[in-house]
Amino acid sequence: MNPNNYLYFAALLFTIGAVGVVVRRNAIVVFMCIELMLNACNLTLVTFSRINGDLNGQVVAFFTMVVAACEVVVGLAIIVTIYRSRRSASIDDASLLKR
Amino acid sequence: MATNNGLVYLIALPLFSALILLLAGRRADKWGHLLGTLASAGSFGVGLFQLSEMLGRSTESRPVTQKLFSWISVGSFNVDAALALDQLSICFVLLITGVGTLIHIYSISYMSHDLDRRRFFAYLNLFIAAMLLLVLGNSYLNLYVGWEGVGLASYLLIGFWNQKPAYATASKKAFVMNRIGDMGLSFAIMICFASLGTVSFEGVEEASHSASEATMTAIGLMLLVAAVGKSAQFPLQAWLGDAMAGPTPVSALIHAATMVTAGVYLIVRSDFVFDAAPNAQLAVAIVGAITLMFGAIIGTAKDDIKKALAASTMSQIGYMILGAGLGPAGYAFAIMHLLTHGFFKAGMFLGAGSVMHGMNDEVNMRKYGNLRKFMPITFITFGLGYLAIIGIPPFAGFYSKDMIIETALNAGGAKGIILGGAALLGAGLTAFYMTRVIILTFTSNERWDENQHPHESPVLMWLPMAILAIGSVTTGFLFTRGDALVNWLSPLFEVHEHHEELLPPIVVSGLALTMVAIGVAIAVIKYQLSEIDRVAPAKVTIFTRIARRDLLQDDVNEALFMRPGQALTSALVKVDDLVIDGAIRGIGRATLGSGSALRGTQTGFARSYAALIVLGALALLVAIWVITQ
Repeated sequence: MNPNNYLYFAALLFTIGAVGVVVRRNAIVVFMCIELMLNACNLTLVTFSRINGDLNGQVVAFFTMVVAACEVVVGLAIIVTIYRSRRSASIDDASLLKR
Repeated sequence: MATNNGLVYLIALPLFSALILLLAGRRADKWGHLLGTLASAGSFGVGLFQLSEMLGRSTESRPVTQKLFSWISVGSFNVDAALALDQLSICFVLLITGVGTLIHIYSISYMSHDLDRRRFFAYLNLFIAAMLLLVLGNSYLNLYVGWEGVGLASYLLIGFWNQKPAYATASKKAFVMNRIGDMGLSFAIMICFASLGTVSFEGVEEASHSASEATMTAIGLMLLVAAVGKSAQFPLQAWLGDAMAGPTPVSALIHAATMVTAGVYLIVRSDFVFDAAPNAQLAVAIVGAITLMFGAIIGTAKDDIKKALAASTMSQIGYMILGAGLGPAGYAFAIMHLLTHGFFKAGMFLGAGSVMHGMNDEVNMRKYGNLRKFMPITFITFGLGYLAIIGIPPFAGFYSKDMIIETALNAGGAKGIILGGAALLGAGLTAFYMTRVIILTFTSNERWDENQHPHESPVLMWLPMAILAIGSVTTGFLFTRGDALVNWLSPLFEVHEHHEELLPPIVVSGLALTMVAIGVAIAVIKYQLSEIDRVAPAKVTIFTRIARRDLLQDDVNEALFMRPGQALTSALVKVDDLVIDGAIRGIGRATLGSGSALRGTQTGFARSYAALIVLGALALLVAIWVITQ
């Protein structure tokens, strides 16, 4: 199978994720979209690894997964904390950073 | 040259005394003047000791030197802080410390009512130390240190009473005009360093034989600029008249006897430069001739006794510079006139101080008159100085001035006739204005303000005047007896054979005396035999008016330098304001503006940030795509 198809697929996933981040308000959904983008990236890395015939891309993909796991831990904790204090998971409500 | 470790004491004594007086402050008020006088007298004693040592040595081994420390050592260029004493410097050392000590003694009494007498003596000592360094330095760089030192001391002393704004301005004027001369000296040193590779007198003398004439002319002209500034010669003469703002002993010591003659010293010391650069030498002579006329003309129109004497100083230094510009034939006579002038002019300045002391600090000669009855000692000492300056034989000025006139006339061709003619005419003018001073002050009818009670000055004041008067009577005779001074100095100069004489010496003397007689006669007719107004007559010819305005020297300086300088400064200030400050302010404003414009993007909404990041990434991709296509 032509490896380029994986790349097209990854681009599609990434675009869906990016649009989701920009368009959706719910923090959990935004969070999932970010994961989608990360996974799209992982897919490209693995695909390139395959194309080039070495393991570099796969190794980096593992790194990405580890970072993503850490991010999930921290990110979810923040979202839960915000929800507790504001009774809302909308990221537009959490716009106090400007002040 | 032999080494002599005693030279440093000449400078160290007054220098340490100055330091003590300045640092001890008010605690030294009681004894400060005594310490200052002792330091100066001690230095004079060391000078006399050095003279006796020098006299005991053979002619070739007379110069001695002392290395103080290694000052600058860069690669092959080495300058030591070193002193050198030879036949020329010893003359100056004795003049500076001798006349200096007398003036210290005079000042004890003259400044006794001044609260700051201690500070005055500290500055006087500082001046003596700096001036000694100037004449003892063995290189141009060492001389330069002393040169700046005397400039500083002169500034401090002219502005000693700087609570009066006019006096403070006068000191600033002197300092600024001197800076122009100092710049000439520093340029001369730089040219020496750049093209000859050395700045010591010995080194430059050695190099002068092989250097190109253009180089030597450049050095010579720069040295002339330096001399012109320090010695108040045309065209940098305007500061001397205002320098009379300082206390009278200062005028006597610094602005008559010693500091203003530093230019003459510099030129005579640099004889090797000028001998190798005839054009620069001619320029020196011309400057001297112009100034001697210039000063004499100003002197005829001044009513302020100190300013009249200042103009006379300018004119007499013109004679010296003229003598120094006549080459090896004139160097010794320039120095001789310098020494005799040191005596009679200092004596007359002290006399003027004594008159002011007795007349409540009145300086306007039109409000003097008939003071010989009330100040007989001042009159006699001043009178002896007067006879010396106008050149009546056998007083000192006759010998020295006559010699310069004679040498100028014998310089050959049109040059000799013009320079000699100027010197002769100057002698007549000198006789006129000095007779005028004497008549207005001492012999004419009384024209005092009310409540004036003229009285003779105390012994501490008239004693120095008397000693200086004895000097004005005897020195000329002593110096010329058997050509004593000429023979003393001649080992330092390359003396050439006497060339043909235009006129025999006796005729020159006769001519000079005739000029003097005419000058005296005119002054007597104009002032002694007719009424003198208490205010200067207003209906006078344009020439008198110009002479009263110092031959427009200040107007010329103002029109040529001050106003364009001010315009330039204010233009530069505007440029600074608009261009440089404008650029700085513009950067600030641009930063602020762009900052507040970009602040709009900081909404606080995470989604808009994300959108911007996506857009930025897209823009980057597009840019890469465009570039790689």
